[in-house]
Amino acid sequence: LLEAVLASRGEANAVFDILAVLQSEDQEEIQEAVRACSRLFGALLERGELFVGQLPPEETVMAGSQGATRKYKVWMRHRYHSCCNRLGELLAHPSFQVKELALGTLMKFVQLEGAHPLEKPKWEGNYLFPRQLFKLVVEGLLSPEEDRSLLLSQFQEYLEHDDIRYHTMQAASDTVAQVATGHPEVPLVFWNNAFTLLSAVSLPRQESDISNFYVGHTELSDKWKVVHLKEHRRAFQLMWLGFLKHELPLSLCKKVLVIMHDSILPHLAQPSLMIDFLTRAYDIGGAISLLALNGLFILIHKHNLEYPDFYQKLYGLLDPSVFHVKYRARFFHLADLFLSSSHLPAYLVAAFAKRLSRLALTAPPEALLMVLPFICNLLRRHPACRVLVHRPGGPELDADPYDPGEEDPAKSRALESSLWELQALQQHYHPEVSKAASVINQALSVPEASIAPLLELTAFEVFERDLKRKGPEAVPLEFIPAQGLLGRRDDLCAQHFTLS
Amino acid sequence: MGKARSAGAHRKAPGAPAGLRGGRARPNPNPFEVKINRQKFQVLGRKTRHDVGLPGVSRARAIQKRTQTLLKEYKERDKSNVFTDKRFGEYNSNISPEEKMMKRFALEQQRQHEKKSIYNLNEDEELTHYGQSLADIEKHNDIVDSDSDADERGTLSAELTAAHFGGGSGLLHKKTSQQEGEEGEKPKSRKALIEELIAKSKQEKRERQAQREDALELTERLDQDWKEIQTLLAHKTPKSENRDKKEKPKPDAYDMMVRELGFEMKAQPSNRMKTEEELAKEEQERLLRLEAERLRRMRGKDEDENTRRPKHMSADDLSDGFILDKDDRRLLSYKDGKMNVEEEQSREASDDKSEEEEEGEDSSEEDPEESDGPDSHSDLESDVESEEDSERPKKEQHQTSGKRLTRDGQKVREAASTELPYMFAAPESCEELKSLLSGKAIEEQLLVVERIQKCNHPSLAVGNKAKLEKLFGFLLEYVGDLATNDPPDLRVIDKLVVQLYNLCQMFPESASDSVRFLLRDAMHEMEGMIETKGRATFPGLDVLIYLKIAGMLFPTSDFWHPVVTPALVCMSQLLTKCPVLCLQDVVKGLFVCCVFLDYVSLSQRFIPELINFLLGILYIATPNRQSQGYTLVHPFRAFGKNSELLLVSDEEDTATWQRKSLSLHWASGLRAQTKAEANHTRLCCVAVCLALVKRCVLMYGGLPSFHDIMSPLRALLMEHLADRSHPRELQELCQSILTEMENQKKHCRPLICEKSKPVPLKLFTPRLVKVLEFGRKQGSSKEEQERKRLIHKHKREFKGAVREIRKDNQFLARMQLSEIMERDAERKRKVKQLFNSLATQEGEWKALKRKKFKK
Repeated sequence: LLEAVLASRGEANAVFDILAVLQSEDQEEIQEAVRACSRLFGALLERGELFVGQLPPEETVMAGSQGATRKYKVWMRHRYHSCCNRLGELLAHPSFQVKELALGTLMKFVQLEGAHPLEKPKWEGNYLFPRQLFKLVVEGLLSPEEDRSLLLSQFQEYLEHDDIRYHTMQAASDTVAQVATGHPEVPLVFWNNAFTLLSAVSLPRQESDISNFYVGHTELSDKWKVVHLKEHRRAFQLMWLGFLKHELPLSLCKKVLVIMHDSILPHLAQPSLMIDFLTRAYDIGGAISLLALNGLFILIHKHNLEYPDFYQKLYGLLDPSVFHVKYRARFFHLADLFLSSSHLPAYLVAAFAKRLSRLALTAPPEALLMVLPFICNLLRRHPACRVLVHRPGGPELDADPYDPGEEDPAKSRALESSLWELQALQQHYHPEVSKAASVINQALSVPEASIAPLLELTAFEVFERDLKRKGPEAVPLEFIPAQGLLGRRDDLCAQHFTLS
Repeated sequence: MGKARSAGAHRKAPGAPAGLRGGRARPNPNPFEVKINRQKFQVLGRKTRHDVGLPGVSRARAIQKRTQTLLKEYKERDKSNVFTDKRFGEYNSNISPEEKMMKRFALEQQRQHEKKSIYNLNEDEELTHYGQSLADIEKHNDIVDSDSDADERGTLSAELTAAHFGGGSGLLHKKTSQQEGEEGEKPKSRKALIEELIAKSKQEKRERQAQREDALELTERLDQDWKEIQTLLAHKTPKSENRDKKEKPKPDAYDMMVRELGFEMKAQPSNRMKTEEELAKEEQERLLRLEAERLRRMRGKDEDENTRRPKHMSADDLSDGFILDKDDRRLLSYKDGKMNVEEEQSREASDDKSEEEEEGEDSSEEDPEESDGPDSHSDLESDVESEEDSERPKKEQHQTSGKRLTRDGQKVREAASTELPYMFAAPESCEELKSLLSGKAIEEQLLVVERIQKCNHPSLAVGNKAKLEKLFGFLLEYVGDLATNDPPDLRVIDKLVVQLYNLCQMFPESASDSVRFLLRDAMHEMEGMIETKGRATFPGLDVLIYLKIAGMLFPTSDFWHPVVTPALVCMSQLLTKCPVLCLQDVVKGLFVCCVFLDYVSLSQRFIPELINFLLGILYIATPNRQSQGYTLVHPFRAFGKNSELLLVSDEEDTATWQRKSLSLHWASGLRAQTKAEANHTRLCCVAVCLALVKRCVLMYGGLPSFHDIMSPLRALLMEHLADRSHPRELQELCQSILTEMENQKKHCRPLICEKSKPVPLKLFTPRLVKVLEFGRKQGSSKEEQERKRLIHKHKREFKGAVREIRKDNQFLARMQLSEIMERDAERKRKVKQLFNSLATQEGEWKALKRKKFKK
């Protein structure tokens, strides 16, 4: 059948049969038909047997009096068009194999169409890309109905190519805008799909890299937008800004913030435009604020962003949950960076140290192992704060002058206080913690202790370390003989629990 | 030579006063003999050794020496006769003069004796004591002591001799005077004297008889006492008791027994029966020592010190006396079939011990109860040797411990236990152990474990140690299985714990390894869950029980311990990572809290997670509302479906609630039958939680930031109080905690966190450089220096020797010369004499001739 169509134009009506099969329910048949289409139209595109230029409506051409060849071409082009539409629909097919095949076929069409454009170039060397077709693909990918992450990962290999990436960015920003305005309530799935696609886009670092085109070109022209990294960046920025200006669900927000600092911000043409999003996220509170901190830090650090009351907000972020959230390591890494400046006022650092040590009273051991050196480092960097651990001749107080409820670190009176919390933690049950807390008993040594290896410490690692550690001596034994499961009469277990 | 000396003396004249400083301290140095070696330059720091000399004196000495030695040799050069001195020890300086004299005297005597004895047969040498003949003394004593027995003879004779010889009373002198004839004083006539003597001796005899009777009486009484004691003793030393039985037919053979007893004592001095006080004291000392050790480890300060110091609290330390006796107690008790009673007893004993310990080891009071414990130990200690014939001690055991036993019950059980085989091979796998134990009653299971342990005691065969080590692991696993059963066999576990403890005492290393393995398993499981789901659930009852058991096997107060520290981390994980979803979780969490607090009960360490958890539990017992003054941390959420889990709103249930202990079965999926029961359990949980809070308040009262730690709890408790929906008892508890907290406030915080600053003065240690000395060789290395020194010394000695030889030769030459000169002078004199006589002769002859001529 296929050969027949390709061999003679007379048999052209067989295309209808193929397209009909494409509509069928059976998975096998569809796959067969897709393959057939792919070969058929691939060959036609290569032979140039499709109509080039603005496509006139089918009826007028058929009714018109142009030559048979032209008629055939126009007709074939229409068939091609409907085939593409059908393939686009097939991207939503429940079977993954079909989806994959459809995607592959569409991308093949994109490639061939790019090489043999169906539009007339407006001038010599004009850059042509099958935008319509490609938009169809991207829309298919960003379906608001179902999760397309598998397909998107398949698509990711095409994103290696610069032109595809460029056009994906354009198409994606269009689609996002279209969907967001079209639907009053945008489903989560769409956002997820969009995020997966967007995050898959990664720009090259250098301009010279842009030479990897999916659509084969004989020569590259400087006039083409695709060739310039700057254009890529603009498209990238447009895409992300377009994406982020919408009200995103919190979980997605987190995901964006996680990749923000190393895969989004460096590629933006104007990173400071991100400030809106980051500020918004920072004000949400909780874990999201912690994550937004990272992006903010880059903006402040590299792009001279002025952020009012930054430290006060940072101070506000410190609450007991800091030690239990997943992003603890990142947060403390950043906090370490923020507080590393030696130009900070002493009251501020003292307030931070005091707050952290207050929070340390509720922290698990793995966090304590990290935060205690952190506090000590603060004290090392700022000798003015050493009064917190060393105040000879100070007056005896009845209560801690530090006010934990105060939002402003300047008013918290931390400098008048002392770190009794660390003293309490010297009684901690874990030997390492106790040792770390005992550091303040002596004059602090000059070199700072690096907390980098401690940031990622988990309780399990602490446990393993304790297990592996070998004592120099034999295992000491309990010398009071055991009498039963619950222990002696005065034990708590025996007091509050019974065996029956 | 004399010339030279005089010349030297003249030369020395000007430096005379300096001679006073001369090396030898001579009473009167001749100023003319001193020679000063004048220094051209004064060099600072140089020692001068030869600034003053006495050449004349030294030369004279040298000559004198030579005349004594060299000259002698020279003169005797052609002679072969030698003079030998045969006096004894004349040249031996080791012997003191007295000794020398004694030896010489002995030799002389010997020589004399030998000489005489050849011809003179009956002349004996008289032996004397203080100048009196010994033969005489002996004769005299024989008369006096004829009837005293051998024992007393020595003393009496000594007494007599002392009286007679030393006292100088004159009584005996009378008798001896015939032979010695020393003193002439005779105050009484001979007859009177003899009579007196006889009377005296008779009186003495009577006295002695009376004494002996007394002694006999005493011994009889002693015998009786002994019999009484014997029965007592029999409990303690089975061997002696054995003997007792053997000798029952002739109980009067006291002597034999004494000798045998003495024998035994000598044979086994280590097994001497200690008195109760001694034992109690020893036990107390041991506990004291262990406690001190524990405290040291708790502080954890001297960790590196530890490595150097040999550890004295080791497994051996415990096992040699302690474990074995524990073992035997078990052995005995199971043969009695009275496990429970025995257990009670032992519990009592060790309760006493713990009491002792808690009383601060005063050791001042030792009430009978206290000494009870050690006593039973002593019984058992001695049983160790007699493992084979444990039948007999068993009977003894009945007498002491069996007061509470009921005979018939015991027999029934004995019958039951005899059905079990006595020998068990150690199981090779956990399944084997399970198959051995499953389906048996508690006592039987214990028996089986017991016998496995006995049959495979490490002292019996080589591979047994490994087998028992494995047994520990299997038992632990078995305990885990029991705990996961539904319903869990907690009673069996309760009993098995004791076995585990005993095994652990024997093999601490392997036991700690297997416990750590289990903990690691539990943590792995939890970690896996956290990674996949983001949160964990409370583990099964088995893990909780493992944690509890670990706390009983190992000292929990150590600063660092290979098992306890991971266990602590594990518990902290349980309290922080596992959200509380149902009532079961609450019970589990509270149990973990209890175990945690038990762990730190001695060391009083601070546990932040625990406070958080208790806060969370209290929170879920209150109705939701905007929280103020406290924030919940991780496993708990302020709002959510579980945030009112423990809230009891039913008035009736609150009214009927009675406070009681929580059952551990709750932790293993026991479901409440009725709503009221569930509510009651909830209230129980709250009560336990409050009790724990109180405990925390008491324990952490001394911490510097106590109020910061407790402020969330306080706020929450206030809320509880304000709520007024709780039963009266709980409200009272709340109130008491709050007042307790307020009381702690008087702990006025010391504000100054004084740093104990070690003086960080930078000290420059001085660099040690050898003082440059003139005239001394500056060698590079030590060896070279030494070599140079030796070479130098050799050279000097060599030179000295050469000089000596030269001087000797000179001396000899001088001597020869003087001899020759002397000889020549003699010859000349003789020649002259001859000439003289010849001349006289000639003169005379001439005169005669002239006379003739004249005639």
